[in-house]
Amino acid sequence: MSGSRLPAGGRIDRDRPLAFTFDGVPYAGYDGDTLASALLANGVDVVARGIYTGRPRGIMSAGSEEANAFVHVQWPRGWSEPMLRATQVDLEDALAARGEPGRGRLVDEPSRARFEKRYAHCDVLVVGGGPAGLAAALAAARSDARVILVDEQREPGGALLGARELIDDVPAIEWIDEVTRELRAARQVRLLTRATALAYHDHQYVLVAERPREPLVEGRLWHIRARQVVLATGAHERPIVFADNDRPGIMLASAARTYVNRYAVCPGRRAVVFTTNDSGLSAARDLADAGIEVVALVDARDGSTVTGTVGGECLEGALVDGQTVACDLLAVSGGWNPCVHLFSQSRGTLRYDNDLAAYVPDRPFQATYVAGAAAGSMGLAECLQDGARAGSRAAAAAGFGDGTAPPVPAVAVDGHRTGRVHPLWVVPSTTGSWDTHFVDLARDATVEDLRRATGAGLQSIEHIKRFTTIGTASDQGKTSWMNASAIAGALMGVADGATGLPTFRPPYSPANFALLAGRDRGDLHDPIRTTSIHPWHVAAGAVFENVGQWKRPRYYPRDNESMDQTVLRECAAARTGVAVMDASTLGKIDLQGPDTGEFLNRIYTNAFAKLPVGSCRYGVMCRLDGMVFDDGVTSRLEQDRFLMTTTTGNAAPVMEWLEEWLQTEWPDLRVRATSVTEQWSTIAVVGPQSREVLRALAPSLDVDAAAFPFMTWRSADVAGVRARVFRISFSGELAYEINVPTWYGQSVWEAVMAAGASLGITPYGTEALHVLRAEKGYPIIGQETDGSVTPQDLGMEWIVSKTKWFIGARSHRRADTRRDDRRQLVGLLPLDPDDLLPEGAQLVLDANQPVPMRMVGHVTSSYRSAALGRTFALALVNGGRALIDTVVYAPLGDRTIAATIANPVLYDPENRRRDG
Amino acid sequence: MLLITCPWCGPRAEIEFKYGGQAGVSCPSEPDAVDDAEWGRFLFFRDNPKGPFDERWVHSAGCRRWFTAVRDTVTHEFLQEER
Repeated sequence: MSGSRLPAGGRIDRDRPLAFTFDGVPYAGYDGDTLASALLANGVDVVARGIYTGRPRGIMSAGSEEANAFVHVQWPRGWSEPMLRATQVDLEDALAARGEPGRGRLVDEPSRARFEKRYAHCDVLVVGGGPAGLAAALAAARSDARVILVDEQREPGGALLGARELIDDVPAIEWIDEVTRELRAARQVRLLTRATALAYHDHQYVLVAERPREPLVEGRLWHIRARQVVLATGAHERPIVFADNDRPGIMLASAARTYVNRYAVCPGRRAVVFTTNDSGLSAARDLADAGIEVVALVDARDGSTVTGTVGGECLEGALVDGQTVACDLLAVSGGWNPCVHLFSQSRGTLRYDNDLAAYVPDRPFQATYVAGAAAGSMGLAECLQDGARAGSRAAAAAGFGDGTAPPVPAVAVDGHRTGRVHPLWVVPSTTGSWDTHFVDLARDATVEDLRRATGAGLQSIEHIKRFTTIGTASDQGKTSWMNASAIAGALMGVADGATGLPTFRPPYSPANFALLAGRDRGDLHDPIRTTSIHPWHVAAGAVFENVGQWKRPRYYPRDNESMDQTVLRECAAARTGVAVMDASTLGKIDLQGPDTGEFLNRIYTNAFAKLPVGSCRYGVMCRLDGMVFDDGVTSRLEQDRFLMTTTTGNAAPVMEWLEEWLQTEWPDLRVRATSVTEQWSTIAVVGPQSREVLRALAPSLDVDAAAFPFMTWRSADVAGVRARVFRISFSGELAYEINVPTWYGQSVWEAVMAAGASLGITPYGTEALHVLRAEKGYPIIGQETDGSVTPQDLGMEWIVSKTKWFIGARSHRRADTRRDDRRQLVGLLPLDPDDLLPEGAQLVLDANQPVPMRMVGHVTSSYRSAALGRTFALALVNGGRALIDTVVYAPLGDRTIAATIANPVLYDPENRRRDG
Repeated sequence: MLLITCPWCGPRAEIEFKYGGQAGVSCPSEPDAVDDAEWGRFLFFRDNPKGPFDERWVHSAGCRRWFTAVRDTVTHEFLQEER
């Protein structure tokens, strides 16, 4: 318990105290605190435990690079998040947090928190609101470019918030306020705080996670497309690796300084400062000014080092050149790593800078400028100049201003200069043991792990990363990769900078899945399409299934009927009485133009050009490789106008397919294709008594088989609505498909139900539809076929023209598509007529052969049939048509089903029933 | 997410487009005159260059027009878009 709050100072609001709990204990903090600063102010040293070692861990940073203080946060608004960094959690009243040992536990209740997405475009995106970013945004904004500035902290200022610089002889914070005011006032500028740029993708596409302080919205994911990007992402101070460098009380020097200056928190009472550069000295001065006793200043440039630490749960002393110096705070600066994550993600290259002893951006790959510490300019004056230059150049590149950088204010005191950085990565062990020299605190990985990796012969930093797991935790190696690279290099005897860094990948900071999903969850995940008759189906108690985006009634159970019982009843109605289904979801494409007949001739395997007006024809279309792509009935409405129907799930792909050929291959054909799926409702009235229903509904229509034969259509008034009636059937029974404008769908449906009431008209769903068509051996494209099935494989040679050219024709003459042993569509009759084959079951000829068995086919559809009084299936079997009456077996693990191969048309093979 | 310039609509996000593979692959003018190997080459074989590549794209969530573009497969830079 060594931390405490200073009596004055800091950017906290002492008039707004906040109550929170940590590990169940109540504490108090102030508005402006992070959870980390509030814990330190309350003297909480141990925040979490090492993931594998269980060693106590404290707060080691003041920002996104935190590798120790992982917490689970219960937000006051009723939801919780695991694995947040205490250093990035802005304190709120009634917040409850607990430490997590480098591994979170997923919240298992559905989140009620609302997340949303925004899409934005700008001329110049500036990432980072420190001195360089502010100067860049200001320069760009003054050129009138549309600017977005994003910064991950609660207020702009970056490192200046934690330091005591003067800009133009006033405290830096006043300069920040002035710039921020100007930016906020500019209409073409958007300033986002609490917004972390997560990812930098192709063509200046940057994802930004914002945690807005707004009611109702917990997070907002910005998709920003910028013409130019300025990366002013700053730098991360890096630790130095020595024995027992993980104790609570050991933190980055800049973090200690930030806690003192920004949060008015003393992280300790007696401090040792261990540094390789001037910025550590500035930190020591700030700590001393705050009243912390700096008992030793260990500057590696003078040959001094901290070789280890002593303590129990917390730091009690540092071993300085062999002497134990009592202290409760050890502030460490190993130098600074430019934060090149986004630059690297954007495919910019890095180079090693010997003065900084760090990797800095070299060549950008996209329209990117890097400014300030991110570019290796550590001093404040350079940051301001760099930023102004980058901002004005980026604006000019986007077409605004002449690229001249505006003058920047003078900097008197500059506590961010590093001077010469002594490249010290690791302080050698005094005991010969390396297993408490922690390189990656979040992974509990040590120099011993690196020694093992290089000892095993690994040389690539990518391999070393994966072998040691260094840098694979949620912080992605922000404080560990540079040290790991340098130490591994030293172990392999290569120069600093020769080892490189692993690949930086998005996201820069962990992102909540709920944020990525935004509002695309539940019912909003994907559009839901319903037909105009949908409310009736709902009221009738239909069970629905998803077909693409459509909701289709699957079956309509009565009372306590099971699905099997319902489907048998619905099928029986269609075969013996009259049944009705909503077929509105079938794709419908209106094709117009004088060349439509010729076009269809090329698209379908069979001929359409000479189809008479008033007639309908079933067609199959193939891809160029000869495989079945879709099927459906196409009718000639007028000489130059056809109505094509497609399968429900394939409507959009077929439309695109037609457009592709019309636009790219046959622009000479005068054809226009328009999707009319949504414009027409389709009601299929099916069964031997369907004619009576239609006669009642459409008294003006002659419904006799001779006057209105199979595969024709008529225009007629049905229930008072102008309709197209098609005599087509997907069940083999007498059937009429009534098409009315969508607006009238439900009223005509209700009229059909009323007209058929005395006949016991039965609504049926997709399950019965599937059984009825399978009894007739009609394939469903996408169920019987999988992109490797030709019309011939389906036994449909009759539909493939031998005389005309169509898409796929040449491929049907390839040696492979003519093989006799291709998988062919057959029927299957289980020997036990109650046995139901599972769809997808593999088939073998000999059930007693050793595993792995030789598979000869698979089941594509399988049902119980009311009409056949038994179960049956459709299957694709190698050379199946030559194996009729052969018994095949479906080994199912615990049992085997035997079935006889049959002709796929099991019901009414003579087509006697279609005229009723 | 690439930024693709539709020659009809202007620059749009990649999500509005579908990729149509290599451009300029012509179907043998007499399909029945070529042997299976040559037909197979036309059906199944495409170039995979490192560098500029002629590609077909369709602005499927926009104007639904097909167009040809030259894209550098290394840099993703679009060098040319044509109606």
